[in-house]
Amino acid sequence: MSNELLQIKNLKTSFRIGDDYYAAVDDVHLTLNKNETLAIVGESGCGKSALAFSVMGLHNRAKIEGNILFKDQDIVNISSNNLNKLRGKDMAMIFQDPLTALNPLMMIGDQIGETIFLHDNLTKDQRKAKVIDLLNKVGIPRAEHTYTQYPHELSGGMRQRVIIAMAIANDPELLIADEPTTALDATIQSQILGLINELKQDMHAGIILITHDLGVVAEMADRVAVMYAGEIVEITDVLTLFEDPLHPYTKSLLNSMPTSVQAKEKLHVIQGIVPSLQHLPRTGCRFSARIPWVPESEHEEHPQLHEVRPGHFVRCTCYKSFEFPEAHKEEQRHGIS
Amino acid sequence: MAFLEIKDLKVHFPIKGGIFGRTVDHIKAVDGVSLAVEKGMTYGLVGESGSGKTTTGRAVLGLNKVTDGKIIYNGRDITSLRGSKLDYRKDIQMIFQDPYSSLNPKKRVLDIVSEPLKNYEKLSRQEIKKRVQELLELVGLSPESIVKYPHQFSGGQRQRIGVARAIALKPKIIIADEPVSALDVSVQAQVLNFMQDIQSELDLTYIFISHDLGVIKHMCDHIGIMYRGRYVEEGTTEAIFNDPQHIYTKRLVAAIPDINPRNREKQLHFRQEVETEYEQSYNDYFDEDGLAFQLQTISDKHSVALPERS
Repeated sequence: MSNELLQIKNLKTSFRIGDDYYAAVDDVHLTLNKNETLAIVGESGCGKSALAFSVMGLHNRAKIEGNILFKDQDIVNISSNNLNKLRGKDMAMIFQDPLTALNPLMMIGDQIGETIFLHDNLTKDQRKAKVIDLLNKVGIPRAEHTYTQYPHELSGGMRQRVIIAMAIANDPELLIADEPTTALDATIQSQILGLINELKQDMHAGIILITHDLGVVAEMADRVAVMYAGEIVEITDVLTLFEDPLHPYTKSLLNSMPTSVQAKEKLHVIQGIVPSLQHLPRTGCRFSARIPWVPESEHEEHPQLHEVRPGHFVRCTCYKSFEFPEAHKEEQRHGIS
Repeated sequence: MAFLEIKDLKVHFPIKGGIFGRTVDHIKAVDGVSLAVEKGMTYGLVGESGSGKTTTGRAVLGLNKVTDGKIIYNGRDITSLRGSKLDYRKDIQMIFQDPYSSLNPKKRVLDIVSEPLKNYEKLSRQEIKKRVQELLELVGLSPESIVKYPHQFSGGQRQRIGVARAIALKPKIIIADEPVSALDVSVQAQVLNFMQDIQSELDLTYIFISHDLGVIKHMCDHIGIMYRGRYVEEGTTEAIFNDPQHIYTKRLVAAIPDINPRNREKQLHFRQEVETEYEQSYNDYFDEDGLAFQLQTISDKHSVALPERS
């Protein structure tokens, strides 16, 4: 059997605005292997969450085209019955905001128990034992007491642990973590990331980690896909991403981190703004408007992903001659608005 | 004499209870914080949620009632002034965390930015319009923006509108409460650069409140680390990041993600060490209520809440 857990082919997820459909995820190809953490990085509005929701079948009204193969089974046009058999069991999701993802009126134990109840034939006592076991596994002290508590009685970090316990309840093979630590404090963040790493080693699951925080990527990912305006602009392993990034967008993102320069020095600013869904450029290099000093001849007319070395893909040809211009510094500092 | 000085500040909130709604206890949100900021400097207040950093900032503005202690601005005690003596308020302004909820969606940019002007300065409509346009240009927005509404701007642009409003009265001190936490990295870079620019242009003093140590390290000259309403450590940025003394600070510094994936193993190991040390010496560094001890000066640039008994 192949090592590929998830294959995404030509995925296009479109939302209807007015009478037209606009693609938030546009022609995305991705594979995720077993026991691998793939990070999807990008700014808000780049389509990274829309991609994750497409895989989990959580979009209500979106038009989804293309194929998503989970263990060689297409899950785009699957019946909702069959999808429900997969979701929560073979694939699970960790949500961003632990407060809104939990039912405020249900005891912690019952919420986690529900996922087990839906997929497993266990007696009530067995189920309770399993839930308490899970709570221990995610590092919640006094698990038996927490079992009877409600979400509002727990701190943010503890709530996120409950969400993780729920996601791993049925030993999923695919785990999607959508900004799992964005709402948390620094020390809690490092604890939760450590926990996800530990669990990955125990379960041998494939993880898709969605984040905008490159620090989290550096600590967690095996491979990284960078998204801009609905497209993947660069895919590579994590070392190459930080040591030899190629796409102008990846370089710009890395340069705009406060840790990338000496204290008090100017940070790099990407000119312009992320276009909204209706105004996404649909032709040519989508990033070209943000790097106006690059002459048009450097871009491809229909930018493709090029394999520059095994496993390292970059979109468009503009990366070849790309440099940050000195002369533009003054403008960049203020960002043209 | 420092430009802004806070002496042993305490802000306690009452907890009401019982059928008569009497005060049964207090939450000590800020419990004895002292700091001094020099003119033109940036002072960082760091801590996890609930540590009292925002309450400290709000107390300086007079938005929270001060229970005890003194706030001295430019040699003048401003702790509990009233009425016409509140004129110092135009010198101290605030930039809020969330650019989506801190701008009134029903008001045009002109009305939002001109509100402080209308409160403190007698200007004609034309003059106000001109001033607002100048301010918008200063923050890098086009003067035509004055007739637009907040929803027509991106997150970074909205934060600039918030900044334009804050600098409208030519303040001396700006309290920035997590000004970039809600923004993407590239937009965050824009706002941070821009805040540095106007700092040198207008000779501003910042109190920069954040939980993001990367941003704090980039922006601040001096840092105070708060935990449950008290300082655990205070000093220059170099002292705090290169030579953290308190176990709480060490743990906080260790939690900063390392952007070099090659250091993963090392970082993991380091964090485990710090975590073990934290657990073992927690009782030495905090009293029986889990609060930090009094600060002790260890050098002229560095104070730490070290255990009293040693």
